[in-house]
Amino acid sequence: MSAVLQNLVNQPYKHGFVTEIESDVAPRGLNEDTIRLISAKKNEPAWLLEFRLKAYQQWLKMEEPKWPNVTYPKIDFQAISYYSAPKPKQKLSSMDEVDPELLRTFEKLGVPMHERAALAGVAVDVIFDSVSVATTYKQKLAEVGIIFCSISEAVQMHPDLVKQYLGAVVPVGDNYYAALNSAVFTDGTFCFLPKGVKCPMDLSTYFRINTEESGQFERTLIIAEEDASVSYLEGCTAPKFDTNQLHAAVVELVALDNADIKYSTVQNWYAGDENGLGGIYNFVTKRGLAKGVNSRVSWTQVETGSAITWKYPSCILQGDNSVGEFYSVAVTNNYQQADTGTKMVHLGKNTRSTIVSKGISAGHSNNSYRGLVRIAPTAAGARNYSQCDSMLIGDQCGANTFPYIQVRNHSAKVEHEASTSKIGEDQLFYFAQRGIGNEEAVSMIINGFCKDVFQQLPMEFAVEATKLLGFKLEGSVG
Amino acid sequence: MIYQDSKTLLEVRGLRATVNGIEILKGIDLTVRSGEVHAIMGTNGSGKSTFAKVLAGHNAYKVTGGSVTFEGNDLFGLEPEERARAGLFLAFQYPIEIPGVANSHFLRLAYNTVQAQRGRDELDPLEFEDFVREKMKLLEMNPDFLDRGVNEGFSGGEKKRNEILQMALLEPRLAILDETDSGLDIDALRIVTNGVNQLANKDNAIILVTHYQRLLNYIEPDYVHVMTAGRIIKTGGKALALDLEARGYDWVGVEQRDAAGA
Repeated sequence: MSAVLQNLVNQPYKHGFVTEIESDVAPRGLNEDTIRLISAKKNEPAWLLEFRLKAYQQWLKMEEPKWPNVTYPKIDFQAISYYSAPKPKQKLSSMDEVDPELLRTFEKLGVPMHERAALAGVAVDVIFDSVSVATTYKQKLAEVGIIFCSISEAVQMHPDLVKQYLGAVVPVGDNYYAALNSAVFTDGTFCFLPKGVKCPMDLSTYFRINTEESGQFERTLIIAEEDASVSYLEGCTAPKFDTNQLHAAVVELVALDNADIKYSTVQNWYAGDENGLGGIYNFVTKRGLAKGVNSRVSWTQVETGSAITWKYPSCILQGDNSVGEFYSVAVTNNYQQADTGTKMVHLGKNTRSTIVSKGISAGHSNNSYRGLVRIAPTAAGARNYSQCDSMLIGDQCGANTFPYIQVRNHSAKVEHEASTSKIGEDQLFYFAQRGIGNEEAVSMIINGFCKDVFQQLPMEFAVEATKLLGFKLEGSVG
Repeated sequence: MIYQDSKTLLEVRGLRATVNGIEILKGIDLTVRSGEVHAIMGTNGSGKSTFAKVLAGHNAYKVTGGSVTFEGNDLFGLEPEERARAGLFLAFQYPIEIPGVANSHFLRLAYNTVQAQRGRDELDPLEFEDFVREKMKLLEMNPDFLDRGVNEGFSGGEKKRNEILQMALLEPRLAILDETDSGLDIDALRIVTNGVNQLANKDNAIILVTHYQRLLNYIEPDYVHVMTAGRIIKTGGKALALDLEARGYDWVGVEQRDAAGA
């Protein structure tokens, strides 16, 4: 690695989390009493307590998965506090109090001015007029019959819907972290689209009420009834900090006949410092059930943060002619580790799935794609196309591809393509000889590499994601 | 062409350079003035391409001695991209493929970067499209090339045309064409050299690096330099190239040794 590269790769991450949060915290440790406490604090119905306790019993019998291509010290689950009352973060009274470095980051990422304030923790009413954006938003959705609220609110207001679908796609004992989440989740998003409703706008967590403390065990449930459709955006490109190191979220999507759910994520959790100290462990279970005929579940993710990412947004293609899609860009730098990919399980006839995965590794990081394509005996005429490309920056990083293909129906067609490339000194010299500096050159090469995925993102998200990648890899080539 | 009122563009004095610790350039002297066309000829491994890359600032090469000024400024005080913006252009022997980056996007960024440096207006994508299409006619290039990845899947000849297209866009003060003739069939050679001739004027200069005299039938040099083992050992007019074509390179070295011994 050249000196410039060393220098730039080693730029410190300047945005530590310093604000003390006042909170009502449960004692550390996990047992049935903790779960009863969480459930009682949230005033939950008995069936939900049962759900949690059942998950906890399953979790006790399970072991942490060892197969991912990541290493980290053993997590002490008894050292974690599993409940903290959702008190709002301390508000700053004006933009002048915000860390100028953070503002510089927002500027670089092109985050709109009003969002910068909210993201930086400035009280929104200082910035906005008395009519909150979020309230307006919610009214508009209610007019067409869409329910969009926190899952805690949904448990109180729409218990039958939650009861019907919670755990329907990711059962309580699905895997170690999903079981843990099912036992202790504190909040998350609920979204329900009734029959025939096309959501008039992209839904985003950013505009959901009560987003401030969704907690480390987030739970999301999105249901689209017959002929309904929605595009949902999770996260944002601005850096996100949390005092909790372990994050184990569960996301469940259900699409009935002809329904269409598009779920886009930009993940930019704190990734740890240049020596690999700190950073979030992001262990997420995301799964969509394409239950009805002609339904579609589409995942798009841009993963740039977290010290460890363990995440496989998947599609169960149950309905005949249903479609599953997975478009992913995973970027790792410094000592980040990512083991991410998807599962496409074809059950229905003529089901189709597409996987496009782009992994970019820089620094000392390790980036693995792990994907399963399973064609069940019932899935006559099923088709899959997978493309997994890796790009290496520097010579200290790693990229791996672990494709698993199981075909049990002879009429199925499965294609898999993979490539590995490297941003070479000669490419950068070519750009330089035309007057284009290294950073701009890397940004162009990376965006060219990720084009197929970025095209899937909603327009302004794509622009932000493009900038984010340039920012994350700033100076990792020299 | 040699002009009376020409200005010195490039002044190379005693230039030495190494790659991986091995000395390739062993003291090169060369002066290039505006309006001139210089041909540097020599066998494989004589250091011609190294010389071109050292001038452009490739970081695999280490300058160990001598000096180079470009329009009076110390060339080695500039980063490669700064040299390019200052008007030094290298047409690559093996242009690099950059998959996924649209040629039009790349060309426009390069163009606008240089324009900005010169305090001229930048072009938006639509304006640039018209501008570049006009330039492409010079090289008989199909506009489809704009939508493809930079050099991605281009034939050898197409890559070389794309290089000269960039020269046409960037209007360099000094263009170094590194074996631009290699891999070209006779039609492509005619088109590419015709393009170069149309770009040559009294304010800029061209250095042709080549093995073969063939190229010089199309682009007429004012000076021909013979490079052997990292030095320019003989300089002459166009006739020197014809001699080399007829007699090969060996006799130059012999003549040189004889002269040294005499």
